[in-house]
Amino acid sequence: MRKIAIPIILLIILLSVSLNAQNPSAREIIEKVDNNMSAVSRVFTSKMIIHNPRNTRTVESRSWSMGENKSFTEYLSPPREQGTKMLKLDNLLWIFSPSTDRIIQISGHMLRQSVMGSDLSYEDMMEDPHLLNHYTGKVDGEEKTGDRNCWVITLTATSTGVAYQTQKIWVDKDHFIPLRKELYAKSGVLLKRMELSDVLRIQGRWFPKKMLFKDVLKEGEGTEFQIMDIEFNVKIPDYIFSKASLKK
Amino acid sequence: MIRFLLKGIFRDRQRSLLPVLVATIGVMLTVTLYCWLNGFLNDSIELNARFSTGHVKIMTAPYAGNIDQIPNDLALTGVDSLMKKLKKEFPAMKWQQRIHFGGLIDAPDPAGVTRSQGPAIGIGIDMLSGDHSEIERFNLEKSLRRGKLPAHQGDILISELFSQKLKVNPGDTVTLIGSTMNGSMAMYNYVIAGTIVFGTPGMDQGSVIVDLKDVRDALDMNDAAGEIIGYLPEKYYDDKTAEQVVTRFNLLFPPSGDKYAPVITTLRKQNNLGQMMDQISQVGAFVVLIFVLSMSLVFWNAGLLGGMRRYMEFGTRLAIGEDYSHIYRTMIYEAVLIGIVGSVSGTAVGLLLSLYLQNHGLDLGSMMKNSSILMPSVFHARITAIAFFIGFIPGLFSTVAGTALSGIGIYKRKTAQLFKELEA
Repeated sequence: MRKIAIPIILLIILLSVSLNAQNPSAREIIEKVDNNMSAVSRVFTSKMIIHNPRNTRTVESRSWSMGENKSFTEYLSPPREQGTKMLKLDNLLWIFSPSTDRIIQISGHMLRQSVMGSDLSYEDMMEDPHLLNHYTGKVDGEEKTGDRNCWVITLTATSTGVAYQTQKIWVDKDHFIPLRKELYAKSGVLLKRMELSDVLRIQGRWFPKKMLFKDVLKEGEGTEFQIMDIEFNVKIPDYIFSKASLKK
Repeated sequence: MIRFLLKGIFRDRQRSLLPVLVATIGVMLTVTLYCWLNGFLNDSIELNARFSTGHVKIMTAPYAGNIDQIPNDLALTGVDSLMKKLKKEFPAMKWQQRIHFGGLIDAPDPAGVTRSQGPAIGIGIDMLSGDHSEIERFNLEKSLRRGKLPAHQGDILISELFSQKLKVNPGDTVTLIGSTMNGSMAMYNYVIAGTIVFGTPGMDQGSVIVDLKDVRDALDMNDAAGEIIGYLPEKYYDDKTAEQVVTRFNLLFPPSGDKYAPVITTLRKQNNLGQMMDQISQVGAFVVLIFVLSMSLVFWNAGLLGGMRRYMEFGTRLAIGEDYSHIYRTMIYEAVLIGIVGSVSGTAVGLLLSLYLQNHGLDLGSMMKNSSILMPSVFHARITAIAFFIGFIPGLFSTVAGTALSGIGIYKRKTAQLFKELEA
């Protein structure tokens, strides 16, 4: 009897170890997602193609961000927006308008307003939150997104002040990049959908160069956010994240 | 016969003075009240027409459906060609483009940092093209309290109360922070040209007026406008004519399937004004009815008193063989004559009083200090053709009705007792 029992126990242990190796925990998945999506610093040029119900507009900008709390964006086109600059430090945002030569500060719920009439809020545009710092996750299962196998994870906020209380994300099993997101309010209402694509290997990490944001409370076909070029972990001078740089 | 009765009425002052006086006062009150209600209605309608609704208004259907939110993202586009077509097809009408907008007015300190800020409701009207009709329509010259009217692009008019709240003066620069037609944040600098008092509590609290082109520049609304307002050639709104314009417009611009195609609506169908117009008309009719009834009671009473006073006269007339119905008829004729005299004099006095109220108005501003509804603070009377004869309804009808009621008593006199009564 003992001769049979020992191999069976060993087999069960081996199987469970191997299953665990195949099924990483939600925390492990989120950590890997953070490693891909977030960085100490980022500098990128992007293009927002805003599909409003009546027209389509393209807005180009260059952004610098440091960690979660410092971000600076300068708009490059169209001419009407050219020279507009935004500085976000923690929960405060300053906007410089070159036509008025004024700097206006906005904060609070205003940060959840649309940027340039797009489907992105100021928070979406300028924040680079580490998911692990703000959410706890639960693996709901597995699903295919397009031809990619994904983990389906529900993230629930652990800190107050995050833009979305709950997120449902579909994480590529191979690249650990979210390919789909559903962003929910505290009330449980779906606020936005995101589709991430064109995943490329950049500086040793996977990163989606194209994101489609759709504010479900807004008419229109959504906003395409395309990364034209991006650099991670570059040194950014401190003066960039100062109010003085807004008027430069 | 009429001359005979008239002589009787005027020579016997006791017979005529009180009834004519009562009829005159009643008719005067009816005429004045009618004219004032009429003026109240018209002042309210015309104020709404000038500031908000026009006699007809063209918008996109989604804009009209969400008009309270001032949804400039749903505004009319291609308005220059639309205006040309409107001016060609409706040459007698006056058409104006307007853009309503909301936002913050931000006043900076010398370093450019926000010193004071307040929410504003603004309107962009044509002030600098050389056409002064909008300036007149908004009565801007008379409303100006400090500074001057806009003379250059970038000038803004701000309500006096708002300027005091923001602690800004003519010559200061303020920044409008709003939202463009595309939903971007809009920031635009204006120089305060002057401060105004609209005389409408709802608008005096946080309103600004800027030139149409400046709003277009600020809100990225080139060749777009929230509304196109149309005014009929007649000074006052006429629902039938407005409906004719709507019918013709709908023939010229049939439904195309374009969600943002222009649609037209009349003043009556905006801001619950139709309901208000109906209610005030009903109140007017009710007031006249009350006067007719109450004056009938007064004349009934006066007729009874007169009957008692003329008891001997009627008795004598019956005794010498005059027919009951003849006496009754002559009483009615007399009442008609008194009614006419009272109505004419009452209408004359009522019209004079109404004329004064038409020219000077009645200032009820102190009663509406906290009102946010678009209502004038000074209410004027308005004399119309109806005012010249509306007083005849209570004046004539109630005099005759009162006399007819009191005169029935004549038929109860018994000829057999007449001489006894006369001897007594």
